[in-house]
Amino acid sequence: MEGIALLSPESTRHPMAVEVRKASVVYQTADSPVHALSEIDLNIADGEFVSLIGPSGCGKTTLMRVIADLEKITDGQVLVNGVSPHDARLARAYGYVFQAPALFPWRTVLANVTLPLQIHGKNRTQAKAIALSHLERVGLIGFEGKYPWQLSGGMQQRVSIARALSFEPRILMMDEPFGALDEITRDRLNEQLQQLWQRERRTVVFVTHSIAEAVYLSTKIVVMSPRPGRIVKVLDSTLPDERHLGLRDSAEFVALAHAVREALADGHHD
Amino acid sequence: MVTMTKAVAPQLASGWLLILRRDVVPVAVVLLAVLTLWYGMACWLNSPGAIERVLDPQGPWTWRDLLRATMDMERPVMPAPHQVALDFYASLTEWPIDSPRNLLFHVAVTGKSTLLGFVMGTALGLVLSVLIVHSRTLDRALLPWIVASQTVPVLAIAPIVLVILGSLGFSGVAPKAVIAMYLCFFPVTVAMVQGLRSPQKIESEMMHTYAASRWQTLWMLRLPAALPFLFPALRVGIAAGLVGAMVAELPTGAVAGLGARLLTGSYYGQTVQIWSALVMSALLGLTLIAGVALVERAALRHRKGL
Repeated sequence: MEGIALLSPESTRHPMAVEVRKASVVYQTADSPVHALSEIDLNIADGEFVSLIGPSGCGKTTLMRVIADLEKITDGQVLVNGVSPHDARLARAYGYVFQAPALFPWRTVLANVTLPLQIHGKNRTQAKAIALSHLERVGLIGFEGKYPWQLSGGMQQRVSIARALSFEPRILMMDEPFGALDEITRDRLNEQLQQLWQRERRTVVFVTHSIAEAVYLSTKIVVMSPRPGRIVKVLDSTLPDERHLGLRDSAEFVALAHAVREALADGHHD
Repeated sequence: MVTMTKAVAPQLASGWLLILRRDVVPVAVVLLAVLTLWYGMACWLNSPGAIERVLDPQGPWTWRDLLRATMDMERPVMPAPHQVALDFYASLTEWPIDSPRNLLFHVAVTGKSTLLGFVMGTALGLVLSVLIVHSRTLDRALLPWIVASQTVPVLAIAPIVLVILGSLGFSGVAPKAVIAMYLCFFPVTVAMVQGLRSPQKIESEMMHTYAASRWQTLWMLRLPAALPFLFPALRVGIAAGLVGAMVAELPTGAVAGLGARLLTGSYYGQTVQIWSALVMSALLGLTLIAGVALVERAALRHRKGL
């Protein structure tokens, strides 16, 4: 574990970013156990953009939380970069973007982005330079001295993305990051996220319940279903790597979206 | 009401008029009402004494004579506002600052034990709240005792503390500060426990994903999140500390301090002196609270809605 923590995130590159083997999560409740996840098998290769999609209660967020060591599995095995989620977390293998921006209101935009760097012990000037470069990448140069409440919802979420990427993790996990935003902002952010992924090719695990979002962004779409939470189907995207919003009217896009919808309906009917 | 004044503001054009309408007028109206009531009470409460001691109970006197007499008695039941004002002014101007007849001398004595007790109480409250938030056991073990401690009246605690600390060789400001601390730490502890627990689950989980230590989470998340809870408690705490410091002056033989001044005033029936000391303690309390409010404004100036 010590050794892992010393390596830089880039050098922890592992051909398999995430390996999930027969993982289950069972909550004990008063009347009967709830199977939040049941025997999940999933491989996510380095550099893939994987969306987890499904109705509420299908365990998509639970699965991501398991990978991020925010939740424990009751059975099975999960490996992140070849090590346990706990060790991967301590090695700073991933950045996590929550549903809400969760920016600290007492910190400026810049200070919010330097937060993880500060925790990881980077010195002040270094952290500041790194944070500024990340703010530039999400198009927020000029806003570094503002406080979160002075920014729109979309801008706040972009700050939180910059914060998650500030320490250059190989894996980016996003839990319905644009769910609370209006559709226009959401489209623009999807486009920017796409471009970011194109440039850097980090592994992205993305939870959503928007079919269009999943199809537009992903190289792989994992369709899930509730009671018990399980994977119904894994669809590899047939779309070209280079994507733009206009693609959403193409026949290929519509066909893939249709396939996802079918899989979701199948999961619901069993 | 406030929104209405805001809407009218552009038509008034002048900022001064707005301040006058919004801030000065309401305060002035209340002040005037209080003064009227005060004079009325003074007249009513003092008139039996005035009839007996100043005017001849049998002899001829007019309502005007009675009114004049009640306003200017030697030891009135209730001194009139101008009597208090004159006594207050005289004590500040006619005596050197190190004389026990100067109210500022007593302010210094009481203020010192209040501030020291406030600092000690705040520190104790902070330490207790951090312990409580980080340990379930301490949460269950300490909190009931902390609440229970406040059910014991400070008047009962004060002499005990003074005797015990006195036997240990502590005298002067220390025992009084301890009693001020006893009243101070409670609001700080309770507010800080709430404040340190105020971060949302999502914010704590975020710190978890950064592999932040408990200490880092406390320092970078919990403490800053608790500040808006802390300051109102500090305002309550410093006012409570002033009460503690004044109560603590009573059993020490009432040597010095505003509490002592109140006590000697009542021993000798110097009602005007009691009222001057009372006004001075109110002013001291207001100043202390204003000081805390100033720090609060500076500390929270970047947060929304402050």
